[in-house]
Amino acid sequence: MHEMSLCESVVQILDKSAKEQGFTTVKTVWLEIGMLSCVEPEAMRFSFDVVTRGTLAEDAKLVIERVPATARCLSCLKDVTVHQYGDLCPLCGGSDLQISGGDQLRVKELEVV
Amino acid sequence: MCTTCGCGEGETVIEGHTHEHGHHHHGHNHGHHHEHNEESGRIVQLEQDILAKNDAYAATNRRHFSDQGILTLNLVSSPGSGKTTLLTKTLDALQGEYPLGVIEGDQQTNHDAERIRATGVNAVQINTGKGCHLDAHMVGHAMQTLAPEAGAMLFIENVGNLVCPAAFDLGEAHKVVILSVTEGEDKPLKYPDMFHAADLMILNKVDLLPYLEFDVDRCLAYARRVNPNIQILQLSATSGAGMDGWLAWLKQEHQQLAGDAIEMVAQG
Repeated sequence: MHEMSLCESVVQILDKSAKEQGFTTVKTVWLEIGMLSCVEPEAMRFSFDVVTRGTLAEDAKLVIERVPATARCLSCLKDVTVHQYGDLCPLCGGSDLQISGGDQLRVKELEVV
Repeated sequence: MCTTCGCGEGETVIEGHTHEHGHHHHGHNHGHHHEHNEESGRIVQLEQDILAKNDAYAATNRRHFSDQGILTLNLVSSPGSGKTTLLTKTLDALQGEYPLGVIEGDQQTNHDAERIRATGVNAVQINTGKGCHLDAHMVGHAMQTLAPEAGAMLFIENVGNLVCPAAFDLGEAHKVVILSVTEGEDKPLKYPDMFHAADLMILNKVDLLPYLEFDVDRCLAYARRVNPNIQILQLSATSGAGMDGWLAWLKQEHQQLAGDAIEMVAQG
């Protein structure tokens, strides 16, 4: 459950931002989580609820945007979407995929008061 | 509170690193305010990496390792793959040739650090409590206690877990994933993030292959499918078969690091 410590990092980012930007309550948190980022969204939601108790983001809504990873298949030379490392090309079954992106783990934006 | 960086580390306990624990886990006896405010708030754009803080600690560790010519390896595997046995045999083989140090990560007990110390090598145990991985901050503190010599080889034995440690850079030169043949040959496909994050895979306990139905070729193909650049070594820490290849790999990496350091100094 490394999602727990990731959520603690999210709260630290929110605390810091609250001081810089002068807000006291976070109502919504938008996270961008790449498909290849070794994070399980459901575990993230569970941890977020636990970790935000008693913080400025208590009861905040968590919106998770999953970002797919794109890859160039070196067998059929098409651009495809992959969901995890080790995926085969969904078009030709090739295993030689050049993956770009999809590993981001970001706090994208907040709704605050 | 830690006097070095102001941290309160929750349940993490590092040998030789004392804290008056100011728990940074949030208290549960807060007064609830239930006046629900339906007004919509303003939007704040952040675009901040969640792992940025860990990555900053990792960068500091890496700079220190590089300045001191310390080769640091982050050993990851599931529990029971033979990491600690591999490590004790490795330390026995390298003692006298290199300064050595070990950081041991486990949820509880000092058993592994004691096994390492029995070889005569300095070790610091980090107990992560409920934590499932080491992070760069814990390793930075353990380094203060361990204080490895310049030019050392430093082995970090991560918590036995093929999932969580994949996400956390500790500042190491390489992640080394250890898989034993008593586990399933499809582990690289089941835990792709870890095999993708590793630069070297060690297939351990190969002396047991005659007694098992473990398809080595298939296992290696799975690992390469997840990570086309992964290097692979096969060995048995117990019988000693294949250990020469691993020791040669370590020496080569250490030599390369020293070469890089000299080059950096030459470039000013």
